[in-house]
Amino acid sequence: MRKRSGAAEEKSLIAALRRGDEAAFEALVDAYGPAMLRVARSFVRSAAVAEEVVQEAWLGVLRGLDRFEERSSLKTWIFRILTNVAKTRGEREGRSTPFSALTPEGTEEAAVDPDRFFPPGHSSAGAWASPPHPWEDVPEERLLSNETVAALDRAIEALPGSQQTVITLRDVEGWSAEEVCNVLGITETNQRVLLHRARSRVRRALEQYFDEG
Amino acid sequence: MARALRCMELVELITDYLEGELPRRDRKRFDAHISECDGCRAYLDQMRRTIRATGRLTEDQIPEPAKQKLLEVFQDWASA
Repeated sequence: MRKRSGAAEEKSLIAALRRGDEAAFEALVDAYGPAMLRVARSFVRSAAVAEEVVQEAWLGVLRGLDRFEERSSLKTWIFRILTNVAKTRGEREGRSTPFSALTPEGTEEAAVDPDRFFPPGHSSAGAWASPPHPWEDVPEERLLSNETVAALDRAIEALPGSQQTVITLRDVEGWSAEEVCNVLGITETNQRVLLHRARSRVRRALEQYFDEG
Repeated sequence: MARALRCMELVELITDYLEGELPRRDRKRFDAHISECDGCRAYLDQMRRTIRATGRLTEDQIPEPAKQKLLEVFQDWASA
C-alpha cells in the first residue's frame, strides 16, 4: 500500500475485501492502522478509547464497502470515516475539537513569547532581545534520541485537538496539505493556521527541553 | 523597497514560507531578513529540525492485541 498505489491496484484491493480476503484486510490494517491510531488519539483522551475508535471505524469501512464509489481515494475515504467516528466520540467525552482556526480563543496566540522581543518604543522594537540558540550544536544523535522523541510526543499530546490532528497528519504521517484539507473538510488557510500554531508550540517545547538539558 | 520585516513578524510567517505560500514580495523580505539576522536564521533552522524530528514519530505497527481484534472484526463481517 505505497503512497501512490495506482487506481487499478486499489480496485483489486477493494474487490478482494468485498470477497472477504483476510490477507488483503491485514495489509490494509498494516498500512493505515498506526496512522489511524495516532489520529484517533488526537480526538479522544486515552489510548484505549482510540483503539475502540479505530475498531469502530474499520467496521464502518467494511459495512460501507459496497457503497464506496471510488470518487475519493480509499485512503481519504477510510480516514474520513475514522475522523467522523473519532469526532463523535471526542464530543461525547467533552473533548470537542473545533476545526475552525478562527475561534476567538486561539486567535491571539503568538508563535514566540512576546517578551523575547524588544518592546514597542525601544529602538530595536520587535527584534530579538533573547534570540534562540542555534541547534547546530545539538548533536544529531541527541535530536533523534529516545528521550527527545518522548519529549516531542508529550509536546504533541499537549496540543489542542485540532492542532494535534493537523500536525499528526502533516508532519508525522507526511500527508500533503491537500489531503489533510480533504479528509478534515477544512480550508487551506485554516489548515495552515493550525499547522503553524502546532509547529510553533512544538518547537517551543523542544527549545525548552534542550535549554534545560 | 518594502519596509523591512521585524523578527517578531517573521516568526509568524515561517509556516507560510516553508509551505511555499508566501507571496513573492513577502518572500523577498523574508529572505532579505534571514540573510542578515542570526536569531531568525537559528529560528528557521530550529523549525526545520523540529519538523524533521516530528517525522520520526511514525510507528510501523499497531499493538498486536489491537490487530487481533481487528482481524476478528473482519472475520465476523466476512462470515455475516
